[in-house]
Amino acid sequence: MIGLTVFTIIPLILTFYIAQTKFPLSGAPKWIGADNYLAILNDPAVRTAVRNTLTFAVLSVPIKLVLALVLALLLNRATKMSGFYQTVFYLPFLMPAVAGSLVFMLMFSPGVGPVNVFLEFLGFSPPDWLLDPKVALWTVIILNIWPLGVETLVFLGGLQGIPKDVSDAADLDSPRPWQKFVWITVPLITPMILFNLVIGIIYSFQVFTQAIVFGGTTGRPAEATLVYMVLIYRAAFKYFNMGYAAAMASVLFGVVLLLTLLIFRTARSWVYYEGESR
Amino acid sequence: MTPVPDARKRRTAPRLLWQTVSYHGVMLLFAAIFLLPFFWMTISAFKTKAQIFADHITWFPNPIQWQNVVTLVTRDDFPFVRQFMNSVFYAGSVALAICFSCSLAAYSFGCLRWRGRNFVFILTVCALLLPGIATFLPTYIGWSKLGFNGTYVPLIAPALFGDAFFIFMLRQFFLGVPRELLDAARLDGASEFRIWWQIVMPQVRTALIIVGLFAIVYTWNEFFGPLIYLQKKEDFPLSVGLFTFQSGRSKEWPLAMAGAFFTALPMVVLFLFTQRLFRQGLNSRSLK
Repeated sequence: MIGLTVFTIIPLILTFYIAQTKFPLSGAPKWIGADNYLAILNDPAVRTAVRNTLTFAVLSVPIKLVLALVLALLLNRATKMSGFYQTVFYLPFLMPAVAGSLVFMLMFSPGVGPVNVFLEFLGFSPPDWLLDPKVALWTVIILNIWPLGVETLVFLGGLQGIPKDVSDAADLDSPRPWQKFVWITVPLITPMILFNLVIGIIYSFQVFTQAIVFGGTTGRPAEATLVYMVLIYRAAFKYFNMGYAAAMASVLFGVVLLLTLLIFRTARSWVYYEGESR
Repeated sequence: MTPVPDARKRRTAPRLLWQTVSYHGVMLLFAAIFLLPFFWMTISAFKTKAQIFADHITWFPNPIQWQNVVTLVTRDDFPFVRQFMNSVFYAGSVALAICFSCSLAAYSFGCLRWRGRNFVFILTVCALLLPGIATFLPTYIGWSKLGFNGTYVPLIAPALFGDAFFIFMLRQFFLGVPRELLDAARLDGASEFRIWWQIVMPQVRTALIIVGLFAIVYTWNEFFGPLIYLQKKEDFPLSVGLFTFQSGRSKEWPLAMAGAFFTALPMVVLFLFTQRLFRQGLNSRSLK
């Protein structure tokens, strides 16, 4: 418990304190009140980073969850191959982020990687994934969707937890599979959806490793991969402007906290807990 | 046998077969897509630069460039072996520290009764949801002022104080330890510490191994912490080492891929051998 205090609560308070100071690491902090927060509002790089991060979150979280659910539905039948499939879908999660990012950079390189060769084969004229500012963020998004093994297994656990009699009754009553899916399956796995959603949002707002491997601290190309965490990192460890970095960090913290609370608040109306009377 | 089920069987058999085939077709296609990056990394690790950047794609390196491995372990500007050992040391010590500290905390939460226990536990779970972003700057400044910047101390020491995620996971297992066993030990006059070590720990051995495995994987892939605390090439773990190597002036893809390959390999092998435990661990953490 001492650990929790030392490593979480005190730093949390300190973050908000430092955020109000001008703090080059070598010197002492100087109180400047809300100046750092005002500076954030007027920083064009922050605007870019916020836009990129939001785009990233809005696109990657839903796509990842839907894809994970589809895979879980597909996996939810016992065949001799089930174990193999589960292993395969879980493996990407184990790929170290830096290594994975490097592989994706190579795979998406035009003329060199298999992705564009395949797309050309299908008759598309694929973009230059890494250098075109319009699509560079998509490469990072795809890279982040790839390790969806954990989400898939969480969903699969939910699907397998659906009582057999409920599932059978639904098969008898509903003429079409999609009706069963919408009215029986989805409501019963809402706790898993909630879990994956919260984790996904918290994670996606803090995406860092993949973005910095792709774009460095400048968000190449043309700030297209400059996400919020990279900006914080840049402020703190390249310019050693601790106060400004802490201010940005505390804003992000506030936003994530609010979003999480909001989701949990609305969760009461859409998440179904077994044994709960409504 | 009546003719009715027979006729039915004949009608459905081809359909069933078709369903099975298309099902496995779709699954194998997905599997291929998910494995492609691994495949690409592996073949690129054994290609020459010219083969990687050839005009037409080569699916298999021919001949296999074992030379890449030799270069990887002998290059001065990319101390791969050293960084590999750093990673082993880093992941190993964090895993041990986590197992020790989190099992103590989980014992307290799961097997002891004390005032405010539930409140403190909820606080711990809240810390789990708290993004590290809110705390890393003051922590960094603190360690720097103490002069530990550039060492592994700031990276390993926090693990000695537990980690909310693993405490939560272990507590689920500790709750399963029979209460009677603990009471019996207490009647015999064993100290709480001794009960923890001699009675409870052997019971939750599997859980501890699971937590250790997860800690190893997380630490092996950890990037941000080492990036901000370590400065010297010789000190980096592999994650940061790979990053600095590739973002440096030398864009040497074969070497980078060989590095990536041998960074990912231990985790993949570890997982393949301990899958059953991993899955058990994942099931245990599903929140309700």
